[in-house]
Amino acid sequence: MDQDDQLWIERFYENCSGCRRCEISCSLYHEGKIWPEASRIRVFMLVPGIEIPHLCFQCEDYPCVEACPEGALSVIDQTGAVDVDGETCTACGLCITACPGNVPHLHPDGNSIVICNLCNGEPRCVSACLEGGWNALALLPKKGISYKMLAATPQELTRKVSNQILGEKTTEEVLG
Amino acid sequence: MRGYAGKFLEIDLSSKVIEEKKIPDNVLKEYIGGRGLATKVVWDKLGSKWERVDPLSPENILLVFTGPLTGYFPGTKICVSGKSPQSNGVIGSTVAGEFGIDLKCAGYDGLIIQGKAEQPCYLFICDNHVEIKEASPIWGKKARETVRFLVKESLKEIKDIKPGYGEVIEPSILYIGPSGENKTRIAAVTSKYAHAAGYGGYGGVMGAKNLKAIVAKGFGPLPDVCAKERTLDLIQKFLAKSFESERFRRWGTGGGGYNFGAETSSEPVRNWQEEWHEEESYKGEEFDKYWVKKYWGDFGCPTTCLKLAVLKNGKYAGALCDNPDYELESYLGTNLGIFTPEKNIHLSYVTNELGSCGIQSGAVLGFAAELYEKGILTREDLDGIAPVWGDVEAFVALAEKIARRQGIGDILAEGIYRAAVKLGEMKGLDLLTYAVHEKGVAIGAHGVRSGRDYVTTNPIAYACSVQAGDHTSGADLPIGHRHSELFTIMSDSAVYCFFAAMMLSNKDIFDFYEAVTGWELTEEEWYQEKALRILQLQRTMLLLGGPDITWKPNRDDELPPRFWEPLPSGPDKGRALDRTEFEESKREYFNAAGWNENGVPKPETLHNLGLKDVEVKLRDVGLL
Repeated sequence: MDQDDQLWIERFYENCSGCRRCEISCSLYHEGKIWPEASRIRVFMLVPGIEIPHLCFQCEDYPCVEACPEGALSVIDQTGAVDVDGETCTACGLCITACPGNVPHLHPDGNSIVICNLCNGEPRCVSACLEGGWNALALLPKKGISYKMLAATPQELTRKVSNQILGEKTTEEVLG
Repeated sequence: MRGYAGKFLEIDLSSKVIEEKKIPDNVLKEYIGGRGLATKVVWDKLGSKWERVDPLSPENILLVFTGPLTGYFPGTKICVSGKSPQSNGVIGSTVAGEFGIDLKCAGYDGLIIQGKAEQPCYLFICDNHVEIKEASPIWGKKARETVRFLVKESLKEIKDIKPGYGEVIEPSILYIGPSGENKTRIAAVTSKYAHAAGYGGYGGVMGAKNLKAIVAKGFGPLPDVCAKERTLDLIQKFLAKSFESERFRRWGTGGGGYNFGAETSSEPVRNWQEEWHEEESYKGEEFDKYWVKKYWGDFGCPTTCLKLAVLKNGKYAGALCDNPDYELESYLGTNLGIFTPEKNIHLSYVTNELGSCGIQSGAVLGFAAELYEKGILTREDLDGIAPVWGDVEAFVALAEKIARRQGIGDILAEGIYRAAVKLGEMKGLDLLTYAVHEKGVAIGAHGVRSGRDYVTTNPIAYACSVQAGDHTSGADLPIGHRHSELFTIMSDSAVYCFFAAMMLSNKDIFDFYEAVTGWELTEEEWYQEKALRILQLQRTMLLLGGPDITWKPNRDDELPPRFWEPLPSGPDKGRALDRTEFEESKREYFNAAGWNENGVPKPETLHNLGLKDVEVKLRDVGLL
């Protein structure tokens, strides 16, 4: 595996406008439709104004791949992204439990899990975000640092970003 | 049928019967969706007894409609409608947010809500799982608590419906605050803390139905369009144009608080006593200091004209709201003599929390403050509150009283027109002189006296609009024209954001409509038939009015008295409207709209548009 060519999508949560053009681009590319819940990147807005684009963190030890009893998940050498074999996947959900960020989710049609595969190196979400000038997402080379360290659930990230944007007192009020 | 989900939900809160309903293609072709279709549906359901239906009774119906372009057009809205407790007509009131997306992804184009629930309830929709749920834990609660509760409860329920799914994007929520619960006429249907369908007063209609909120979650894709590649090409073209609009993206309408005063003399200042100010403290860059997001948009929006403004420090720490946008900068700012961004943000936040419409609320507060200034209302009349210009605490205290209908708040909760009538009777004075409204609706923050406001270029904008004071739906001449009400009917009916469409041509819009639906629509057909048909229905219901107030055609197609006074200050000092020109424009507009000299739709107009039942009704009540 050549680490130098692998990719990583950085996210700057405070820049996210919540426009969700990333979801639109992702679902159009992968599903041919505008389909927010089938998108591999999903923007959570548990608190209005605090928008969290959520997608695979690419942990260096890939706990989701490890957890899959069917061998349906694998790492794509070229990009470092996780590939889901929809035929083999039984939608058992063990990868969701294994993920420190609760990232994988069922395809809304219920047959298999979806995880971001970096669109073979040209992630549509990043292009859409840059095109709009929002700069909430950036495509960077995947370096040797721990990305697992950044992995967190939408709830955890919401609290963190809300603390930064709204302050702790307001966050307590809006999030409880 | 493309672009539509294909079915509507009809919910009777009294009998708890929930049914799916289809609306035939030919009706959708004629009335599109949103405002147009809502007009048709209320007419069919309530038209025969219109003047007897109390908008704040269970008899009224609440409509929440998407349109065929909702979701595809980059800039999303949803249209709320029914019989308006402000105008007693029908108003299509739109609000931004993801609700329309979730509704369509759940498989529905809209909701038709009737009756009244026995207990406070909320409506929960998750795909085809539709439930009326108990809302007692949040009845009486403001925006933050309401949203927090509903997001948590609903996600729990959705996870039960979809076990093993993993994390779910939160549902979209339309809700009311205490203002709607207490059936004030200034209550909005709100979303995402700071977005409001304010015109019309449909928050009170929800309150009258004991309906606290509507929660929608859709797991499906948006419905298929007719010409996919063409649709995607047009979306890309629209995006590119929006990305070019640097000024609007950077400032939204938030620079307006200074500009409409200093540059066009058309901003309400101290209850419209003036329309000019040049307070440097109120410039866009002063607001900019509180913006924590340069861009804040809703689903698909390339423009993101809203900004998220947060007060982190000082006396009002914890307040957050959208920007505010220009309307709230003025109505909850300059109109109350407030010229500091922090105070304006604080009052906007309080108003949003209460679920009142910023425009209607700011109008009635300014009215009360002027009466206090003139000694007509005393501190005793106002329950010990002294609303001095600029005193934000006093306005917060009054706003709370209004939303809860306590003391003087019970009268002011009736909105500026009805409050003026009531207080006038109590004081034995004509107080309508101080009430800037159009047919019961406080007008948008765009004055017509200077003639330089680009939103309302013609002085008949409000007087002839079928949505009365709605500044986004002003009448203009020629009638078949981009800035006329007939074109607004398009954005409100196909349901997309007209702000995001500002850079586009009419042809762009009609091309997009055709690419999505596969139904051809020419400009000519729109202006001369379809939009005109919707206009006649809206005009008819506005004139039927009742039961508490019925507007007299022509006599009430009039500007508020204050607008006939010359402008008292600024570069346009002394400028006044010309009565003869106004009357001439009005006559010309009536004629162009196919109305008689009194502004009543003519029988031949109604015949040509296939609206014979409207003629029968107008004859019944003696308007024809």
